[in-house]
Amino acid sequence: MGRLLLLRVVVALTILLGANYVVWRWLESVNWSAWWIAVPLVIAETYSFVDVALFGVTMWRARARPQPDAPAPGLTVDVFITTYNEPLDLVMRTAVAARDIRYPHRTWILDDGARPALAAAAQDAGVGYLVRSDDWQDRPRHAKAGNLNNALFQTDGEFLVVLDADQIPDPALLDRTLGHFDDPQVALVQTPQWFTNVPDADPLGSQAPLFYGPIQQGKDGWNAAFFCGSNAILRRDALMQLGLVGYVRATEAAVRDALRTSRAVLARARRRADDPRVAAAVDQVSVAARTSLAELDAGRPLGEVTYAFQRRVDEVSGGLVDTDLAAIRADLDAIGAWPVDTDTELGATVVDDAALARLADRELSPLGALASVQALVKAVDVDRGDEAQPVMPVATLSVTEDMATAMRLHALGWRTVYHHEVLAHGLAPEDLGTMITQRLRWAQGTMQVFLQENPLTVRGLRLWQRLMYFATMWSYLSGFAAIVYLAAPVIFLCFGVLPVTAWTWDFFARFLPFQIASQVLFLVAARGIRTWRGQQYSLALFPVWIKATWTAAANVWFGRPLGFAVTPKVRQDGGGSWRLVVPQLTAMAVLVVAAVVGIVRWGLGYAPWVGTSVNLVWVVYDLVVLSVIVQALRYRGYQGAERMD
Amino acid sequence: MEIETDLRPDAAVLRPAGRLTMVTASELRARVDETVAAGHRVVVLDLADTTFMDSSGLGALVGGLRATREVGGDLRIARPGAQIRTVLQLTTMDRVLKPYDTVEDALRAS
Repeated sequence: MGRLLLLRVVVALTILLGANYVVWRWLESVNWSAWWIAVPLVIAETYSFVDVALFGVTMWRARARPQPDAPAPGLTVDVFITTYNEPLDLVMRTAVAARDIRYPHRTWILDDGARPALAAAAQDAGVGYLVRSDDWQDRPRHAKAGNLNNALFQTDGEFLVVLDADQIPDPALLDRTLGHFDDPQVALVQTPQWFTNVPDADPLGSQAPLFYGPIQQGKDGWNAAFFCGSNAILRRDALMQLGLVGYVRATEAAVRDALRTSRAVLARARRRADDPRVAAAVDQVSVAARTSLAELDAGRPLGEVTYAFQRRVDEVSGGLVDTDLAAIRADLDAIGAWPVDTDTELGATVVDDAALARLADRELSPLGALASVQALVKAVDVDRGDEAQPVMPVATLSVTEDMATAMRLHALGWRTVYHHEVLAHGLAPEDLGTMITQRLRWAQGTMQVFLQENPLTVRGLRLWQRLMYFATMWSYLSGFAAIVYLAAPVIFLCFGVLPVTAWTWDFFARFLPFQIASQVLFLVAARGIRTWRGQQYSLALFPVWIKATWTAAANVWFGRPLGFAVTPKVRQDGGGSWRLVVPQLTAMAVLVVAAVVGIVRWGLGYAPWVGTSVNLVWVVYDLVVLSVIVQALRYRGYQGAERMD
Repeated sequence: MEIETDLRPDAAVLRPAGRLTMVTASELRARVDETVAAGHRVVVLDLADTTFMDSSGLGALVGGLRATREVGGDLRIARPGAQIRTVLQLTTMDRVLKPYDTVEDALRAS
């Protein structure tokens, strides 16, 4: 308790000192004559303050959960190993370890690559093997989320474990975690991801000890522990509820959309109709569409509304057939040419009127002539024919299925648990290119969720849960702030342009306490964990964060593809990886040149010593942070004992 | 709807192309009426290029039959596709409008 109290004091101090600094910056110290750099800088600083404040809120209720009771016997569990193109031996090593988890369960390899060799290996090892059903042909596959959704409908355990192909589970995985589900409200237990093929120095920043530790524990305190896509146990019921709610929402949205857009389409058909019968039919369908939309707005169930709509269209269609039939009968009467049959028993003639009535078949109705009406009738239905499965339990909204799934679970009132104990050992990328691809994918996924289901406005979340999701999304915007932090000292050292009114006592008296408090906050929150690597990469990968934000926005708003790639699990060799970090290397070169220029300018008396030294310190800090990129470039992969091959 | 007309000494052959539906039926009816008014009492509809027929389409055929019968002529149909044949059988209208396999067969019938 004493530790949490200390943490809260530091959080409160940091937020107060930060607010004091940022308000002073905005009101008193923006150098408006150089607004083009002064305003971006003060915005970047405000961004960083909000980031630290959100971190403080996260840590406010950080909790280490006690080990739960041993699970009751007899629970049914399916263990899923998702794979797409990973090497067979890697998948099988995980599969065998999963099979050997002690608590009774069934193990399945979910092979999105549908490789016969893997099917055979699975059979030899005595584990299940699943591929996509035929329903997925020619429909959106939704990557890993689709793979999991497919498996959910081919299995039936009460709980499911999700493991990436390289995450080797501990035999005690289920014994240690299933007890959390004694609480019937718990939908998810997430355990850490920990990588065995990472040296102590962790040049690629693979381990995320701050996230799989204080941050997840902090989010857990607000009932907002995240689902991270692997090493997690989920309650099937909760996922199914999610799928059903999602199905109803998606269907209603699709039906509404069809009814709304039908107005314009039908109006066009109406204008083109020369025949008064066509015009009248279109009018009637328009009325039916408008009525259905009004009924949906009034809260009438979707099933009833769509059924009623289909019936109304059938009526319109039947009316048209009736007029046709009446005309045909009149014509037949006039020419005395009724199709007649001779009844064999009576020897009398039987007029075949019943046969004519068969024209009422929907296919033969004149309404079929109107393509616009046909399309509408198809769309106003509840079968969701555009998807492989009407019910998609795992969210397919984003390239990273995990965050959206957890957020929707929270919105439905479920609880999640972060279980802080390493129960699976995985493989991290061993080269810069693969690492960047992976980070880009995570960032893109997060930004997609942010732009499509903003946690600040989505229904059902509590305020603090909103902030926990928002905090993670906010942190991915750091790329833009990084550019300003790199540019500001260069601009001063080279051109003497000051973004603040002065580097005076007023400035340092506000800036330093805030900076010191934030560093103390990280120190106290991290409890001795090394977080420096993470801090470095959050700045040093600025081009990745910017690209992620940019591409996610282009994808969500303009439907552009993301250039999605599966993270390779084996080292992608080949030189030239420096090309991936040209922006960072350029930034480092510019910083060095700026430092030299700044010193010369000061030596010649063009620049004051305070400003020059402050900015030199700033440049050195930037360079030390960016130096991690050089380390990453020099990294040749893991050479330790645990290496796979 | 595109309707090609072939005037022969003993009959007029009309060849409607496309879907014979509520949208297009009235065009065919009008064309049959014009043809009859121009003095052609026997009309053969070559349905080889007619891909689909609904109840309005069938109405147009029967309407055309009536128009020709009223002037002592006849309307015959030739070369209907599978969908049209099905509609005719389903409604037993094939007893009134017998489908002929070729235009020549339709012309020869009497």
